[in-house]
Amino acid sequence: MDRFTRVPIAEQDPKVRATNFDEVCLGYTEEEAMAEAKRCLNCKHHPCVGNCPVSIHIPRFIKHIAEGEFEEAAHVLAEYTALPAVCGRVCPQEEQCEQVCVLGKKGDAVSIGKLERFAADWAREHDVVVGKTKEKNGHKVAVIGSGPAGITCAGDLAKEGYDVTIFEALHEPGGVLVYGIPEFRLPKEKVVKHEIENLKNLGVKIETNVIIGRTVTIDELMNEEGFEAVFVGSGAGLPKFMGIPGENLNGVFSANEFLTRNNLMKAFREDYDTPIKVGEKVAVIGGGNVAMDAARTALRLGAEVWIVYRRTEEELPARVEEVHHAKDEGIKFELLTSPVEIIGNEDGWVKGIRCQRMELGEPDASGRRRPMPIEGSEFEFDVDTVIMALGTSPNPLIPATTQGLEINNKGCIVTDENGQTSREGVFAGGDAVTGAATVILAMGAGKQAAVGIDKYIKEKYDK
Amino acid sequence: MYKIVEKKELAPNIYSMDVLAPRVAESAKPGQFVIVITDEAGERIPLTICDFDKERGTVNIVIQAMGCSTKKMVAYDEGDYFRDFVGPLGKPSEYVNEDIEEVKKKKYLFVAGGVGTAPVYPQVRWFHENGIDVDVIVGAKTKDLVILEDKIKEVAGNLYIATDDGSYGFNGMVTGLIEDLVENQGKEYDYCIAIGPMIMMKFVALLTEKLGIKTVVSLNPIMVDGTGMCGACRVTVGNETKFACVDGPEFDGHLVDFDEALKRQTQYKEEECELDKQGGAK
Repeated sequence: MDRFTRVPIAEQDPKVRATNFDEVCLGYTEEEAMAEAKRCLNCKHHPCVGNCPVSIHIPRFIKHIAEGEFEEAAHVLAEYTALPAVCGRVCPQEEQCEQVCVLGKKGDAVSIGKLERFAADWAREHDVVVGKTKEKNGHKVAVIGSGPAGITCAGDLAKEGYDVTIFEALHEPGGVLVYGIPEFRLPKEKVVKHEIENLKNLGVKIETNVIIGRTVTIDELMNEEGFEAVFVGSGAGLPKFMGIPGENLNGVFSANEFLTRNNLMKAFREDYDTPIKVGEKVAVIGGGNVAMDAARTALRLGAEVWIVYRRTEEELPARVEEVHHAKDEGIKFELLTSPVEIIGNEDGWVKGIRCQRMELGEPDASGRRRPMPIEGSEFEFDVDTVIMALGTSPNPLIPATTQGLEINNKGCIVTDENGQTSREGVFAGGDAVTGAATVILAMGAGKQAAVGIDKYIKEKYDK
Repeated sequence: MYKIVEKKELAPNIYSMDVLAPRVAESAKPGQFVIVITDEAGERIPLTICDFDKERGTVNIVIQAMGCSTKKMVAYDEGDYFRDFVGPLGKPSEYVNEDIEEVKKKKYLFVAGGVGTAPVYPQVRWFHENGIDVDVIVGAKTKDLVILEDKIKEVAGNLYIATDDGSYGFNGMVTGLIEDLVENQGKEYDYCIAIGPMIMMKFVALLTEKLGIKTVVSLNPIMVDGTGMCGACRVTVGNETKFACVDGPEFDGHLVDFDEALKRQTQYKEEECELDKQGGAK
């Protein structure tokens, strides 16, 4: 066995998986996981840990896997993360833990994500109960939003002995894990539900169907319901549109709508009531993970799909692994292309898009080369569905209904390094603070805020 | 789970239900709506709040059985539970936050169409409780489908009924009745609030624009989450795209692009779920 080559992982055949919603990556077997884990050098300075937003002691859990102690590996993970089966699947490890793996300098980095996933899946399949909590300390904390930030914050506080209630606006907890990321990347019943059960086992209460700012306000939670601190992890769920003509035609959807119908409402299943509309030819506008998810979902619903992106493949913000998966499944890429108009028929349905070709100019503020339209390059192409995956921004409802909560010009909540907002006792983290980012960064913020809340409450109440 | 504590048939195929949802009842204001999910496989159905009782912790909804989900819903009985009941959603009606003395100076006309009569009721009641008499027009296809007549009569200044077939009250559409009141009976109105089918609201808005009456309509586009995260409910109002679930559902009727809204409402006509698939309702 060559130390510099990672153990390959089984995946569903692209031709088969393009027609189903089952998980693409099948995960390691015990033998494969042990072989892969044995590649880890267990280096003393373990740079991987520093590049993990929740600082999992990576060599420690990997060593247990290498020795076949799978249950112990799961317990180590539970010390640091409430969502190992999720993160092992959806984290961009190539930019985090695996990016700095020492083995990566000469060959393949250790498959940290796939090993994390293996340990979490193994624990679930073997009914291992993870997570210990300290004695109840009698303090009440409210967590708004049950996405990755809220789950992590709630889990950490519960472990410290807090009485935690999560308030979730939708009818299922999980945030983007249930409405955004599709089944074929993150199985809902098997993985997400189980990790939420783990959270409940820590004593965390979850109230679904509560919209903070409408059903109840933060001020009411603090003044009338006895919550001593609040964590806002409400995410960035407001979809952006381009503002081009034809965007309100029938057949134009935000990726959020398309994915929510499919993932949360299970529109792809015959036995569920929510309908979904996908035509024969679909254009997905954008190049992030959400665009890939929407495109691959449309493909599985039977459409021919194009990704329309204004820069080149190099600048695609989506994970490389997901771009490869999309290509293998038959998604076509129309790069250096930007829509200028959506064209409709006389009944108000999409019949095509008018686009222009782009070229890359000087780098912009984000450091990426700015796409510039090529004059006279406009062309039309026939599609009957357009999905806008241009990014999202925070929902203004909470800042609008909470006294004294400062936001910046992008609508993001302003916090200090402990996650403390301008309002005493109110903390925030995740996409609500940063704008749309990753699952693991949201978890890191949730973790930090839990430390901040613990400190705040102990200083204020336990003298 | 949210218990149905009372169910009444108001007219053929139109049912009123009081649902136990204390948090929603506590915060509800006129003009807002809820989203109801019947069961695990159910879709998220937006329904305007028709009444609320903070003490009992109940919220009243009125459902006309039309498509698969509403048929499923009306098959539920007293004592049954809806899986989910979310709200209150959307902005309250504008006058709720206005200076009451200013509101008192204006003359209001409510125009209700069909099942839209139910959400008009809490609004009229709000005016009544604030000592303001408003005129109300209730329109229906035929006499049997006129709902809540007695309840509205108790809180309205004047109540006028119009039926398409002339079987009760004014013979014709609500627009005909508005014209009659304003042009023949010398009535004057500063504000009109219209709730009903999209097509009715469109024609009311066209007429009131001509008559110079400021008009508010409560839009009922397709919705999914109802919290502003998907844009399924987007409408063009005064050349701007708005999300009806968070920016509305009430908008200036003279600025709404009704033709676009009517087209968007038909988007899932073919995909609408079939009851047979479920082996009948519930």
